[in-house]
Amino acid sequence: MAQTITINPVTRIEGHAKITLHLDDQGKVADAMFHITQFRGFEKFVEGRPLREMPSIMARICGICPVSHLVASAKACDELLAVEIPAVAAKLRRVMNLAQLVQSHALSFFHLSSPDLMLGMDADPKERNIFGLIAKHPEFARDGILLRKFGQQIIERLGGKRIHPAWVVPGGVNEPLAEQTRNEILSEIPGALAIARRTLEWFKSIAPKFEEEIESFANFPTMHLGLVGPRGELEHYDGAMRFCNEDGEKIVDLTEHRRYDEFIGEFVEPWTYLKFPFFKKRGYPDGVYRVGPLSRLIVADRCGTPLADHELTDFRLRLGRAPMSSFYSHWARLIECIYGCEKLVQLLEAPDILDEYVQSRASVNRLEGVGVSEAPRGTLLHHYRIDRNGQMRWLNLIIATGHNNLAMNRGIKQAAERFIRAEKIEEGALNRVEAVIRAFDPCLSCSTHAWGQMQLLMQLRGPQGELLHELRRD
Amino acid sequence: MPPTIPTPHSFTLTIDGQDVTATVGQSILQVANEHHVEIPTLCYLDGLSVWGGCRLCMVQIVGQARLVAACATAATEDMQVVTQSPQLHDYRQTILQMLFAERNHICSICVANGHCELQSWGQKLGVDHIDLPYRYPDLDVDSSHPRFRLDHNRCILCTRCVRVCDEIEGAHTLDVMGRGIQNMIIHDLNEPWGDSTTCTSCGKCVHVCPTGALSEKGTSVAEMVKRRQFLPYLTVMREAK
Repeated sequence: MAQTITINPVTRIEGHAKITLHLDDQGKVADAMFHITQFRGFEKFVEGRPLREMPSIMARICGICPVSHLVASAKACDELLAVEIPAVAAKLRRVMNLAQLVQSHALSFFHLSSPDLMLGMDADPKERNIFGLIAKHPEFARDGILLRKFGQQIIERLGGKRIHPAWVVPGGVNEPLAEQTRNEILSEIPGALAIARRTLEWFKSIAPKFEEEIESFANFPTMHLGLVGPRGELEHYDGAMRFCNEDGEKIVDLTEHRRYDEFIGEFVEPWTYLKFPFFKKRGYPDGVYRVGPLSRLIVADRCGTPLADHELTDFRLRLGRAPMSSFYSHWARLIECIYGCEKLVQLLEAPDILDEYVQSRASVNRLEGVGVSEAPRGTLLHHYRIDRNGQMRWLNLIIATGHNNLAMNRGIKQAAERFIRAEKIEEGALNRVEAVIRAFDPCLSCSTHAWGQMQLLMQLRGPQGELLHELRRD
Repeated sequence: MPPTIPTPHSFTLTIDGQDVTATVGQSILQVANEHHVEIPTLCYLDGLSVWGGCRLCMVQIVGQARLVAACATAATEDMQVVTQSPQLHDYRQTILQMLFAERNHICSICVANGHCELQSWGQKLGVDHIDLPYRYPDLDVDSSHPRFRLDHNRCILCTRCVRVCDEIEGAHTLDVMGRGIQNMIIHDLNEPWGDSTTCTSCGKCVHVCPTGALSEKGTSVAEMVKRRQFLPYLTVMREAK
């Protein structure tokens, strides 16, 4: 008897989605689909707007990672102005981007995913959340909240506010860094670094307990994409787009980002608002690749900071050069938090960081521009076309969650095959399917645009559509 | 010969119960400004002719049923002016709400964010909601000029730009076209700004504009600070001639 199970919406992720699982006559999972149920529409309503507004408009795509959109958008605008931005402006943008990385990773790991890890995948859903965590493990929860606050406060200090700061502009940034601000941030880094390090130690100690999840959380070979620096180091702001194969070997380093469409194609499926990017040379859907913290650690040769490199070595010794299970994204996130803290020190101690010339001025010099940066969730690409007067005519955005779309769909199928039993849906099984998605840390409001209420409905229906079993979580 | 009664050059009236002195020819708004009584305005700008279009400066005059625009009403002797009342507050809030609802005022991404008179009056007068349905008109942005930009989405049709171009610069490049809700600011005979043969590119219109409708190109969000010191300076220097 063929059946369909719907998980709607998926909880503890950024945005709104539903999952449909189709069961065949034997009650086995035949297919799994991850539907993004909202429409973003930004491509349409920015038409005609001046390019200088773009970073601020684009930042509104998301309240979690506005800085990522600010940075990618400002970089696309830099290309349209054809300017080289002051070196200190690039450093300051990096500071804000890393602050964003740390705060977002803290949110993803502590607030959204750690309830599964700390309280158990099968724990009561009423308690399996950040509040349950605060009640049972207050010290751990406090660490998470403090680490997120650390990143958010850097953003606020630089840009005047935590969400949607207007500080990153085409040509650079609009205010230099004050010495006092620099010192305040520097004084807080040791505390944040200590949190990241002790959390990573804890994660390493509990990871072996999740053997079953590791094996079935999108654990299949795919290609990976991420930015790398000139010496192959971990990179989040600039550098080459590196595609690696399933073994972590380099396929191509793309330094001219505007040639991205020679490598990335986008496929549209009728059942979701999120497109499916794929690696063109392998076609759709074989050209599946992943982005994000785990992919960044796979494509990079090294991190480039001492503690993070030490952890990366340990990571590779334990798991190999290219571990494929998305469960390890949590591990990668914590290594990146350590990297972020170390890199912030390097940047803020640079001798020119307080320079006051922070913005290059120019008018439109090019009609097409591409900006690429690494958002916490993976590679983010903004592609703009403007007219001669500097007004937007067309844009394309490829968001991290989009890059991961194919892999997420395969990942939930794999987990569903493992955990879903047709006779009766266990709440814990449902949660594991969601947890695969959570491991990718998708941002659906970025990848499309969203509003609505969070609840969860999973239904098991018979071939005639009759309701066999229902689980609801409000 | 009968004795002539000299016309008094100055006289007294009351504003909000306070006795104030005025000279002949002054408007209620000018008298209020001199005595540090704040009356909200948008279309009025010291140094330009009076337009009286925005109606934000409406005040009550004791003994008159009808409200009057303080900028366009001469102060007279023994006049009793009321500038603050619940009714006036309501009217002013409604006027601001109508301005916000009429076109697309998106403060958060506007070049004039933080330097906008419409925004600051909205804040001062407590406009925290717009009860009217937004119109969301589909309006163009004219970026054809090499230095300046006109964004009709942010325009409140105060005509300060039209007046400064005509009265101070003497070019009269700008004017208003259309009727009622279809009113639009135009350049010359409704041509793109960049094609205008009369515009001197002086930029006065940009700096008198109370909102982000007129801006300098190259400014990002919240970077368009308006500098209006030139206006009283030019006015005084021309009068002195």
